[in-house]
Amino acid sequence: MNAQMKPISQRGSQWFDGLTASMDSVNAAVPSLRIADGELAGRACRVLLVKPDVENHFPRATRGEVGLLEGYGLAAAIDEAIKTDADNPHKRALIAIVDVPSQAYGRREEALGIHQALAAAVSAYARARQAGHPVIALLVGKAMSGAFLAHGYQANRIFALADSGVQVHAMGKAAAARVTLRTEEELDKLAADIPPMAYDLESYASLGLLESLLEVESAESPSASDLDKVRTVLAEALNDIQPGDTGLERRLNGTNRGASRLVREQLRAQWEA
Amino acid sequence: MSELNANFHGNYEGGFIDLSARKRIESLLDNGSMRELLTPFDRLTSPWLEKQGIVPQFDDGVVIARGKLDNKAVVVAAIEGGFQGGSLGEVGGAKIAGLLELAIEENRKGNPTAAVLMLETGGVRLQEANLGLAAIAEIQSAIVELRQYQPVIAVVTGPVGCFGGMSITAGLCSYLIITREGRLGLNGPQVIEQEAGVEEYDSRDRGLIWGLTGGTQRFASGLVDAFVDDDVSALSTSVRDCLGQGVPALHRSDDISAPLTRLQQFDTREQIDAQRARQALTEGKTA
Repeated sequence: MNAQMKPISQRGSQWFDGLTASMDSVNAAVPSLRIADGELAGRACRVLLVKPDVENHFPRATRGEVGLLEGYGLAAAIDEAIKTDADNPHKRALIAIVDVPSQAYGRREEALGIHQALAAAVSAYARARQAGHPVIALLVGKAMSGAFLAHGYQANRIFALADSGVQVHAMGKAAAARVTLRTEEELDKLAADIPPMAYDLESYASLGLLESLLEVESAESPSASDLDKVRTVLAEALNDIQPGDTGLERRLNGTNRGASRLVREQLRAQWEA
Repeated sequence: MSELNANFHGNYEGGFIDLSARKRIESLLDNGSMRELLTPFDRLTSPWLEKQGIVPQFDDGVVIARGKLDNKAVVVAAIEGGFQGGSLGEVGGAKIAGLLELAIEENRKGNPTAAVLMLETGGVRLQEANLGLAAIAEIQSAIVELRQYQPVIAVVTGPVGCFGGMSITAGLCSYLIITREGRLGLNGPQVIEQEAGVEEYDSRDRGLIWGLTGGTQRFASGLVDAFVDDDVSALSTSVRDCLGQGVPALHRSDDISAPLTRLQQFDTREQIDAQRARQALTEGKTA
């Protein structure tokens, strides 16, 4: 398979190591997760990463995919933070470092209900945000489809490194071509005119879902100044997220999201009518 | 059928699967209570499909409405499986998200409003890829918020089934109702075959696919709450039962440690079959 020949991304681990160097590592429920607790801008935070685990108990989830264990493992780590901070007015921030090539594709995954495992993670992130935990996603590599829904897409703020290795999409190009009965070349051609179909980050930014693109010296292996820069951005975001800022409305302002706004506007007008 | 005993399924009898999205909603709601919002006359079409030579639809394949179930306020959204495979694009996605967001506001104002989602969908509409995915994230956020107040009930009857990001959405609902003809799974068979190979998942092997992801198996595995016949009356009764049960003490998506332990203990050395999946998912559970 094509996917097997691509190198396994180490970006997530590199950024996790750098950003959590002064934090305490927390035991994760499964080996494919890394979790650290610490402080950023004086605010308690928990950093979460899904990482490749060549020994993964589930053989279709060895390359950093979000699979059955990863979905429930994320949910467990987030749920614990929600419960621990339940009576604390200063709820710790959750920072998701995102480098996920896809959800896990396999027979065991479908049979054992991977959709439900990912729902556990989505629910945990959404409950955390709605309870007042600031949630930030930092995209340092791929953020694909169901994997991104489960790890990052419920964030208050989404940041991405300005780098061609960072990609957000609903489906890998080869599979998308097969399902839509087009060639990959045809998909590229269409994507040039249809920003939501494109695989490049600038098109994605035009949809208004990103807070900002961060220029760094090395997306693969961050320099000290890269880490400083990103820490500053994260700290500013934490200061910017106000206690009542628990929804996703701010994502609706993008140039290429006019229809999402129009639908809500007209729907509201008809609702009471 | 007399007016008296027909208060919930109006003029519809028989199968549910063959009904259009609009008729599905009408067949479910209390007689005469359906008010569709953003109807085809509003002509909110996809801004992206025509550019790709695909004829858009005036409702973008999603029908949304306010209405009553046993005289309780509900919102209902139904995806039309016949339009673009029930795929979710920007407009259809925004209709569902926006509807749920308004239902949340009603609850906050003290007006209890539940939701029913009829999910016939292959997931993200790849022609609008990232905007479909974004809309699904927003729908999911809204469900998690709304279900604190009132049940959010998902119905998967077929013929399309519920796949992709929307299967995760189904997993967030308070209750999930399925028929024998319904299927529920994250990845479509073709995509798994493409990514993992034909030995892992043969997309032409219908027996394998239905055996693992069909309604019968999902119910036996405890991944859904109710299994009903493809029948308007049976479905209406089941939805009303779920509504009557109120908000569950623990949503399925927030049951974390027991499923995690089962998966960690599952022997992954051999390939799985339907029987082992049932066993693994129900181990130690009391009915």
